[in-house]
Amino acid sequence: MSSVVQLQNIHKVYDSGEVKVHAVRDVSLEISTGEFMAVMGASGSGKSTLMNLIGCLDRPTEGSYHLDGVNVAELDRNELADLRNQKLGFVFQGFNLLSRTTALENVELPMFYGQKQVSAKVMRERAMHALEIVSLTDRADHFPSQLSGGQQQRVVIARALVNEPQILVADEPTGNLDSKTSVEILGVFQKLNDAGITILMVTHELDIARFCRRNLVMRDGRIVSNETVIDRHVASIEMERLLKAEAEAKLTEMT
Amino acid sequence: MRSALTALGIIIGVAAVIAMVSIGNGAKNQIESQIASLGQNVIIIFPGSSTSGGARSGWGSRSSLTPEDAKAIVNEVPGVVAASPEIRDRSQVLANGSNWNTQIQGESPEYLSIRLWELDDGAMFTERDVKGFSKVAVIGQTVSNQLFINEDPVGQTIRIRNIPFKILGVLKSKGFNFFGQDQDDVVIIPYTSHLKRVARRQQLNSIIVQAISPEAIPQIQQGITDLLQQRRKGREPDFTVRNQVELAEAATATSNTMTSLLGAIAGVSLIVGGIGIMNIMLVSVTERTREIGIRMSVGAHGSEILLQFLTEAVLLSALGGTIGIALGVGVSEIMSQVNGWPTLISPTAIVVSFAVSAAVGVFFGYYPARKAAQLDPIEALRYE
Repeated sequence: MSSVVQLQNIHKVYDSGEVKVHAVRDVSLEISTGEFMAVMGASGSGKSTLMNLIGCLDRPTEGSYHLDGVNVAELDRNELADLRNQKLGFVFQGFNLLSRTTALENVELPMFYGQKQVSAKVMRERAMHALEIVSLTDRADHFPSQLSGGQQQRVVIARALVNEPQILVADEPTGNLDSKTSVEILGVFQKLNDAGITILMVTHELDIARFCRRNLVMRDGRIVSNETVIDRHVASIEMERLLKAEAEAKLTEMT
Repeated sequence: MRSALTALGIIIGVAAVIAMVSIGNGAKNQIESQIASLGQNVIIIFPGSSTSGGARSGWGSRSSLTPEDAKAIVNEVPGVVAASPEIRDRSQVLANGSNWNTQIQGESPEYLSIRLWELDDGAMFTERDVKGFSKVAVIGQTVSNQLFINEDPVGQTIRIRNIPFKILGVLKSKGFNFFGQDQDDVVIIPYTSHLKRVARRQQLNSIIVQAISPEAIPQIQQGITDLLQQRRKGREPDFTVRNQVELAEAATATSNTMTSLLGAIAGVSLIVGGIGIMNIMLVSVTERTREIGIRMSVGAHGSEILLQFLTEAVLLSALGGTIGIALGVGVSEIMSQVNGWPTLISPTAIVVSFAVSAAVGVFFGYYPARKAAQLDPIEALRYE
């Protein structure tokens, strides 16, 4: 399998004048196509910074980063934006949907900023297709305020997918969701990954990380472990377990 | 609601500009027609030197113009078609059992042709009447309407300072002059009769002269000045020679200043409106920081963000401009109905106002739009 992400000796230093923060120290990493990787660590471990670097929202101070063969370090602001548009898909903890536009229009957003302009009809078709993948076509014309947390996150995932990116980057995607909805969303990720989409996910919860195939642990800006997950959670099974537990809880309450 | 309030500044500014320009245009038009109604190629000579604005300087007491001056002008200055010595007094007149306070003007028979003033009825007095100090008169429409409501004034008697004058004719309506005076409120009699029988003095108020063509006017003005100077044998010049246009300019000088001042105020209000737009756009950019971050994360270029916010600013200002134009036109119409002032809504003013309001949007919207475009995506996404 080819590698989508190639990081070599990456450093990121934030220099705010008085204090220098060495957020990422000498990270080298390869992520292959079809990978489903969790990046874990305490706050301050550098995992969010690493995600921002991989997501081309920020540039490394030192080191090289090749995304799908493209050397990111040589790109300017606008070229980075194009890269984000074409090769990356973002899923955020806080959803970050435009509240005054419908689900469908939110999913269409990346296509507006695409290099090649497509017709409105094609945009709608592609957006509907993305919503289909996350099983949300019946809510296409709803506004974010009319959707549940899980549904909103699914819209975000659809938006991330609509331009057929190389890699999906998710930052604590289940952070704002309850346990049942979290499993639901992780089920969507697993389904996407099984179909071949590369996913990188930041989380601080072990439970969530066990849904992935690989776990990366960071501490003080370095990678301290990079291991395959044994006894991976499968979303459908976990969901059943949760529902059963819920039913039992209700039963005990009722007696 | 917030947009409506912001646009209000632009709306008021543009409405004010349109209203000002329309009123100004209407006034200009009216003045131009009033200039025309003075006559054609008219030059007026006033006693008193032109220390202040010519038409408005006070009449000198010692200086004088005489009918002989007028005769000399006709005979000796080339290009002069006709001249009429003018003497004016206000007086009560009696006719038909009623009285009326009006302006008595002593003129020569050429006066009507100099002023391009036609008769509605009857005839003008003649040179013979002038020579004979005849007690004859020609009255204006207002006097006729006041004193002879349902009758024909021609042939009737009108008493001026208790002297009976026979009405020979009635003038057509001329309207108001640019001093705001009713030109139809007049009784015209031979200047000789006026000087001898009615006036309490022997000096003329002015001499009105008709030049042969507009091109000849400057030359003729100079000729008259030289002639009168000569006749006064080197004394201090005690007269002023003004042509139609100069008189109009003097009369409109004040209103021009007013219009410019009001236009400047309107302009200032437009700028204030623009500042309002900049303010609201800055607030909008701050409120939508997260949104900008989202757009950047999915691939928006800085320039696309800039364009998005700039467009919003321009739409706001252009909409304000459109409403302002409609409001300005409405106000102009109402003002012309209510006040009797003429207004002329000029298409140029509308186009320019619209363009200016759009430009205000671009100018004042640029800084906030640029701020939006320069946001760092990571920080923008983190913004609460």
